[in-house]
Amino acid sequence: MNSPRTFLLLLVALLVLCFGIAAHLAPEFQAARWSRSTGDIFNVVLGDSRRMFAQSFYIKADAYYHSGYYPTMFDNKEAFQTQHMAEDTGAVSSKNHGDEEGFLGPKRNWIDAFGRHFFPDRHSHLDEGGPAGDLSGTENVREILPWLKLSADLDPDNPQTYTVTAFWLRERMHKTAEAEAFLHEGLQNNPDSYEILYELGRIYDESYHDSPRARNVWELAVKKWQAQSEETRNDNKLIFEQITTHLAHLEDQAGNYQRAIDWYRAAQTVSLDPGSLGVKIAAIQKKISAQGP
Amino acid sequence: MKNIFAVAGVVIKELYRRKDFYVLFIITVLICLVMASVNVFNDSKVARYLKEICLLLVWVSSLVIAVTTAARQIPAERENRTLLPLLAKPVTRMQLIFGKFFGCWFACGLTLLCFYIFFGALSATREHQWPLANYFQAAVMHWFMLGIVVAMALLGSLVFAAPSSNSTICFVIIGGILFVGRHLDQVAVSMREPLRTIVNALYFTVPHLEFFDLRDLVIHNWPLIGWKYIVLALLYATAYILIFLIGACLVFRRKPVN
Repeated sequence: MNSPRTFLLLLVALLVLCFGIAAHLAPEFQAARWSRSTGDIFNVVLGDSRRMFAQSFYIKADAYYHSGYYPTMFDNKEAFQTQHMAEDTGAVSSKNHGDEEGFLGPKRNWIDAFGRHFFPDRHSHLDEGGPAGDLSGTENVREILPWLKLSADLDPDNPQTYTVTAFWLRERMHKTAEAEAFLHEGLQNNPDSYEILYELGRIYDESYHDSPRARNVWELAVKKWQAQSEETRNDNKLIFEQITTHLAHLEDQAGNYQRAIDWYRAAQTVSLDPGSLGVKIAAIQKKISAQGP
Repeated sequence: MKNIFAVAGVVIKELYRRKDFYVLFIITVLICLVMASVNVFNDSKVARYLKEICLLLVWVSSLVIAVTTAARQIPAERENRTLLPLLAKPVTRMQLIFGKFFGCWFACGLTLLCFYIFFGALSATREHQWPLANYFQAAVMHWFMLGIVVAMALLGSLVFAAPSSNSTICFVIIGGILFVGRHLDQVAVSMREPLRTIVNALYFTVPHLEFFDLRDLVIHNWPLIGWKYIVLALLYATAYILIFLIGACLVFRRKPVN
């Protein structure tokens, strides 16, 4: 009974039992909604704190966008409430006010004055050539991408990371395929995101000149936006205006003037400057009357 | 001077016999190579994140080498009972302190040279340029900052009981200065008296090591700093090095050798 063969067989039996239980439980654990193992390595290791790290890497990308000239927790951050790299995409409403050039304020003493020679002390944007002001170097905006990618990996539920990354990939890096792939990845994680759909529509319209596809995507974006609660809609009026004006422009180009007017009117409902949209509506109405009955 | 450099030579030899530098250098190289292999949207020119990680590792490694090397110099001599014979020869206590300082400082300089050559090579593979003057400014400033750190750790080794406690206190002070040194006066504003005066006094008396941290300028390819500011910063560092060394000499003069 106590022979080594018996122990060996018992050990093998226990191993088989363990393997069987593991094989039975693992798929159920993976499929469970509460399971953290369904996510990637960041999700398992960091849990919900990954969002905090994601935000800090997102801000890091903006600091790179300014070539290191960025306020610390001790400086006046009023002019950096909304990240400039996101603001410059035109799809994010700005909460910034104050002096972005001089958040350091006046020199406080000789140590402060002397110390300012040893860190970045001038406001510049990478897409405008950075501190050298060399406009031929606008592709340097690529330097923000690693941090944005890391931020998206850590917090895949933040659509803005995808739209900002895709915008710079397409606009400055001319990497349309990579931008589209990244947006599709974002859409998988955020299927109801009208921001991602809007940016995807811009790729189809501006890069691929595929108007029908752009129209479909933008119309879906409008539906997603309208499905939001009223409070969320009020906070995201700018994106609705952007989607509808792009749709209106697209319909105008296609000769669907009445549709274009309808979209401009929809944009007017949320616009801060409905007058300029009224001018566009009047121009289209002229085109309609010129066509005759 | 001959005695000082003789002592310094022994310290340098000790550093390249120890494994600290090799281990830290290999870890730095490995981490940087792994980070360099990351594919960022099929763009092989993305460089700054790599420069930042490399420089951070260089800074951490150099601080570890500087503090641990300097902190164990005199306690080790005392423990091995070689301090008394050393001072019995025509080597004064002041020469010993200065010799130990120069040894540690030159050793840090050698390690920095290796680290910055690697850093330059790594960034050149991505950016295809050699801003040698910028690297020189960064390395020289870094080296003088390490001079202050070495002098501070030497003084600490005469004040505190064990090298471990000295190293820990040095790391806390250095970290504190690097992270909040520049903003201490702003922090003081929100405080009540007498804390406000104390923090303000600290602001004006601590060595501002953050002056010597040119990483952001190197990472983001900022133009060169005016040389006169570099010279002034080096003079500032030299003054603090002398203050700490003179302090160490004064403390060591009253210390029993055994």
